[in-house]
Amino acid sequence: MPVSGPSISLQQLSRHYGTVRAVDSVSLDIAAGTLVALVGLSGSGKSTLLKMINRLVEPTSGTIRIGDEAVDSIDPHILRRRIGYVFQNIGLFPHMSISRNIAIGLELAGEKEGRDERVAELLDLVELPQDMASRMPDQLSGGQQQRVGVARALATRPGLMLMDEPFGALDPVTRDNLTDQYKALHDRLGLTTIIVTHDMAEALYLADRVLVMEGGQIKADATPAELLSGNVGEEAEALVSIPRAQAAHLIGLGKPA
Amino acid sequence: MSGDWNQALARVPELLAAHVQLSFSALLLAMLICLPLAIWAARSPRVAGIALAVASLIQTIPGLALLALFYPLLLGVSALVGGGISAFGFLPALCALTLYALLPILRNAVTGLTGVDPAAREAADGLGMTAWQKLRLVEAPLAAPTIMAGIRTAAVWTIGAATLSTTVGQPSLGDLIFAGLQTQNWTLVLAGCLFSAALAISVDLLLGLIERGIRERERIWAGAGIAMIAAGLAIATLPSMMARDNIVVIGAKGFSEQFILARLIGSRLEDAGYAVRYRDGLGSAVVYQALAAGDVDVYVDYSGTIWTNQMQRTDSQPKAVMLDNIAQWTSATHGVKMLGALGFENTYAFAVRPEDAREKSLRTLDDLARVSSDFTFGTDVEFLERPEWRMVQDTYPIRFRDARSFNPTFMYPALASGEVDVISAFSSDGRIAANNFVVLEDRKGAVPSYEAIVLLSPERSSEDRFVKAINPLIGAITVANMREANYMVDREKDKKTPKQAALWLKDKLKE
Ligand SMILES: Nc1ncnc2c1ncn2[C@@H]1O[C@H](COP(=O)(O)OP(=O)(O)OP(=O)(O)O)[C@@H](O)[C@H]1O
Ligand SMILES: [Mg+2]
Repeated sequence: MPVSGPSISLQQLSRHYGTVRAVDSVSLDIAAGTLVALVGLSGSGKSTLLKMINRLVEPTSGTIRIGDEAVDSIDPHILRRRIGYVFQNIGLFPHMSISRNIAIGLELAGEKEGRDERVAELLDLVELPQDMASRMPDQLSGGQQQRVGVARALATRPGLMLMDEPFGALDPVTRDNLTDQYKALHDRLGLTTIIVTHDMAEALYLADRVLVMEGGQIKADATPAELLSGNVGEEAEALVSIPRAQAAHLIGLGKPA
Repeated sequence: MSGDWNQALARVPELLAAHVQLSFSALLLAMLICLPLAIWAARSPRVAGIALAVASLIQTIPGLALLALFYPLLLGVSALVGGGISAFGFLPALCALTLYALLPILRNAVTGLTGVDPAAREAADGLGMTAWQKLRLVEAPLAAPTIMAGIRTAAVWTIGAATLSTTVGQPSLGDLIFAGLQTQNWTLVLAGCLFSAALAISVDLLLGLIERGIRERERIWAGAGIAMIAAGLAIATLPSMMARDNIVVIGAKGFSEQFILARLIGSRLEDAGYAVRYRDGLGSAVVYQALAAGDVDVYVDYSGTIWTNQMQRTDSQPKAVMLDNIAQWTSATHGVKMLGALGFENTYAFAVRPEDAREKSLRTLDDLARVSSDFTFGTDVEFLERPEWRMVQDTYPIRFRDARSFNPTFMYPALASGEVDVISAFSSDGRIAANNFVVLEDRKGAVPSYEAIVLLSPERSSEDRFVKAINPLIGAITVANMREANYMVDREKDKKTPKQAALWLKDKLKE
């Protein structure tokens, strides 16, 4: 398996908003090529943690290293161009066509060759028809827009992907397909990925490693197998128990009476 | 009627060109100031607060006052830097109109830039755009329709307010309106209004087209709008591009006698082979400074005006002494040559209705003082503030029951209709004789003499051909002829243009 993604290391990382500790002294090492799922209740600090990695939010204290570089030693816009970021609120540019939205990273990098081909390839990857390339963002459904957001983040072939609920607005079928597709891509290219999700089942299915956040702290850090076997803390157990109970219920329904 | 139209239309191309140039320059300058300021303001609420407060404050100053303010301001600046800055014509008009255009552009630009969806702005950062790229690729295009709407508002305001620039000696379509108002030539007023309104409407439509093009991302509309504006600008400014050099500029204040005398001088200069242009409707204070600065080459003023306004004298002197003193003073202080007196006076004269004069036996200002507590005084807008009024009050115990100010045009009808009982008329005004009004004598000589005098700019003073062309006018105009000529222009029926009256007067010159 080729590894092109960097490793990430967080040291005593905190971000406070007044008295709110959005992220509270988090230390963490993520090996290159890992697919990490970040789960946790709303307001637990997931987005804040992610945004500090590409310096959209400056930490109150602590350090972040990508590979062996401290992020605050790199120009923010240079740093961000190396990282694919999928926003929780999508943030497509309403005045640009879908194809220009997808290719904007290439435009910023000054790459003129092969933009159209790359756009076509990415549309395929996120399962959007080619004729959407010429549409404007407001002519797409929420789920379609979200997929364009993923394609835009992937366009410049970054080694590190930070994805904040990238598939939140998708129907289960498309969501499942894309999850599979993304996992395959991640493995094939050896990316490093942190993906925020509310869906524990998805995290368990997709990730090499699952982090559970609560109140700005990492309360559990385990592989999916370890999580399912229990003994990783009550926060994790609360989240894992839901898909486990659902699965048991479904299996129960399927059994002949 | 059609003659009036032809006369008005003949002046339109040149005035339209000047109007377009002025408004366009002011708009462009306002954009150059506002857009960077708006970018700064969009990032700092404090800057936005201050900039918008200042722009709003400027907006509350009436356009006419703003123009008038720039005149002394620029004179001051010019004096500070040792001269060379013209406080007359284009520059003050440009400054005032630019200030006027700031608010709508600034307000819309700030609104547009701060109104950009935060999600799009965050995405721009997240993708690694620099501040400049974010502005160029995201913020500016998203704010563009709002900014364009502001520019559109500013354009309409500027084109409208540009008509006021006539008062500081900048030609514009306002020349037609001001001249028409003065001489009650409604065709001129109408032509001025129609053309400036048509200009404003077409610019508004074209900018609207561009705005729509930007909003709906239809480049073709924006392109078409820009192309049509560029073509309009080129066509409109063509006449001024072809204008010849060394044109004599003849100044005139804002009343008929001045228009007529300017044309009389102009016609003699044209006979001598000069090309001439008129700057009508200049303020009393503006025109003398403009002459001293060489922006105006020649105009007619009145000895009393120079005496009190420019020389700040309050003493009374015999006519001849006054003229001598003025000639010395203008030449010593500004290099302005007083060529001589035309031969008639246009002084402030108190006029009453003939019935009153008869029944109340009014002949002198002393008689007027006797009845003044029963009389309502009608006057032009400036007389009550002028030193002459103080001089009269110091000499005669006049206390009127009430005083009302009028535009000179409406002052005579007001006296005739009994709305007022006495007016501060002008002694050379034809409407005094035409209405049989009685002028009361100033036996104590309270009002200084107001001989009409020709003044030349420093540069023309030494130009032989120029002086020779105008010299025959000195001492050649009688007050009766001047009244007659004034009446031709001022009367309601069978109105003549100032030019026609000037040609009539030219034939009546005393040898
Ligand atoms: N700009 C801000 N100013 C003040 N407080 C903030 C700001 N951004 C986030 N917070 C607070 O920090 C905490 C963590 O927010 P964050 O957006 O990281 O949560 P999250 O885990 O991403 O939640 P969700 O799942 O709802 O997206 C919350 O309590 C939030 O209110
Ligand atoms: Mg979040």
